[in-house]
Amino acid sequence: MSSADAKTPTPRLAELAGDVTLSSLSKSREVLDRLGDIDTLDLSRVTALDTAGAWAIASFQAGQAAKGRRVAVSGATAAQSMLLETVAAAIPAVRRRRRRLPHHEAGDIVVRLGKSVSAFAASLGQNIGFVGLVMIRLAATVRHPSRLRVTALTHHMEQAGLNAVPIVALMGFLIGIVLAFQGAAQLQQFGAELYVVDLISISILRELGILLTAIIVAGRSASAFTASIGSMKMREEIDAMRVLGLDPIELLVLPRVIALLITLPLLGFIASMSGLVGGALMAWIDLGISPAMFRTQLLADTTVSHALVGLSKAPIFAAIIAVVGCYQGLQVAGNTDSLGSRTSRSVVVAIFLVIVVDALASIFFSVWGI
Amino acid sequence: MMEPAPVISVRNLTNRFGKHTIHQELDLDVLRGEVLGVVGASGSGKSVLLRSIVGLQKPSAGTITVLGTKVLTDPPSQTDQRTDDPEAVQNRWGVMFQDGALFSSLTVRENVEAPMREKLDIDAATRAALADLRIAMVGLPPKAGDLSPSELSGGMRKRAGLARALALDPQILFLDEPTAGLDPISASDFDSLIVSLQRALGLTVFLVTHDLDTLHATCDRIAVLSDKRVLVTGTMADMLTVKDPWVHAYFHGPRAHAAQPHGAS
Repeated sequence: MSSADAKTPTPRLAELAGDVTLSSLSKSREVLDRLGDIDTLDLSRVTALDTAGAWAIASFQAGQAAKGRRVAVSGATAAQSMLLETVAAAIPAVRRRRRRLPHHEAGDIVVRLGKSVSAFAASLGQNIGFVGLVMIRLAATVRHPSRLRVTALTHHMEQAGLNAVPIVALMGFLIGIVLAFQGAAQLQQFGAELYVVDLISISILRELGILLTAIIVAGRSASAFTASIGSMKMREEIDAMRVLGLDPIELLVLPRVIALLITLPLLGFIASMSGLVGGALMAWIDLGISPAMFRTQLLADTTVSHALVGLSKAPIFAAIIAVVGCYQGLQVAGNTDSLGSRTSRSVVVAIFLVIVVDALASIFFSVWGI
Repeated sequence: MMEPAPVISVRNLTNRFGKHTIHQELDLDVLRGEVLGVVGASGSGKSVLLRSIVGLQKPSAGTITVLGTKVLTDPPSQTDQRTDDPEAVQNRWGVMFQDGALFSSLTVRENVEAPMREKLDIDAATRAALADLRIAMVGLPPKAGDLSPSELSGGMRKRAGLARALALDPQILFLDEPTAGLDPISASDFDSLIVSLQRALGLTVFLVTHDLDTLHATCDRIAVLSDKRVLVTGTMADMLTVKDPWVHAYFHGPRAHAAQPHGAS
């Protein structure tokens, strides 16, 4: 506008000086913002210029150009003008609109509920399909035992079974102590101290020994299965197996499933036995029931069927834990976030299913009167 | 013309993994404003050299000086990797890893913003604008900023990695195999991108590569790693006269002839 005047306007000149860089960006932008309408920006006293500084100058020029005023740059070195040119050419023409955060409304909760229900239904179908696939492969392996990967099987038996013995035994021992201590406090009121033996043995052999072992193994091994299979999935190792004609179910899933089928009952047995030891120790200390008396009472009142009921659940728990862990591992997608969320989901789902199945089994056994 | 000063100087560098020696008393200088290409057989320790210079690999012996700071021994690099001092050497170099090494939980724009968010006190709008500028400068389309790294192709991931390496306006750029795995057209685009950025920003570039076309197109000087040390450094013309059998085979092999810009035959 001013250039349209009849009289030649004196060229208005401003200068930038010092460092115009990323670290002094806010200062440089303040200076530029305060400049009024100028025709020339002198850079001869600029000591350092980087892309951030060039961006500040170029966006200042663009802002002035939008108001119909052309600002020339003078005094820039060859390198500086090249940088300015490069940056000015690269500045995105259209200002991107910032992505707005999703707006939540009252109705959203219904939508989210519906979405999660349909996602659950879809995953249920996939889960059943996966269980079926594992069972078919398991049946094939039973028919052709030579196809079983013995090295992998022993490796997983060591990792998931043998290495879990100390923690499982300690857990059982402590549970025995807790039961004896709590039971004693209640039963003493009726003078029925001796029945603490039945309390300990039946609750540990039927329920707690195997259930708590399954929960510990779910935390230890379901997560390990998911993480190791998931990272193999991320590094395309599963795809490599498929194109080599190798079956990931047979190579990765079956050894883990069979390893847990073998080791979880053993771990449950170890937990139950150390639970009885812990209970006997506490009964001796707290109630004066000697180990010999504990043994007599145990053999008199507690039948083997209690232990068999408990151990009969172990293979089911083992299958749940191994299948959930492997399934979640195979669901891992390309990024690291999904590995973490799948791992935590595998533990939660495995523990939840173990408890649900345990509750169903309790009902089943009581209806049948076992 | 002023004699260019070395911005990176490596002296007596020795790297050992157990009994396996990777580098034995290796010396190397990188001069200000040059593009240095480092070549060598697979397993000759090119990437280990790069990792040593940027402080990811503690050398068994030797000193590495970058912009006057002794990497790994001078504070604050030794004590605190997360320094906010803009003059700290970590904030004056940018590293592009082989596959971009983008943070997979962030979008491309957030990846480029991440160094600025951590190191600088600038408002969100400016940061986003600067990130968009970097994304545009490396030749990515504007909509790429909203994508997550897993949605990008290999070439786009490399460009995004370069954009993040440039986020703090570094003086030195380290590139690990910038054109590996790219198709020839993308690779030569990437070469010219490196050259134009290097000229415009006055960068010093340390480039590890296997790609003879990249060496021809971008490098001022070439350093050959062989036999646990830098066997020879010099221009492409110098390389062609070196008598060492490996260097001769490298620069005179069938692929080398194909890569000659003016069709040597």
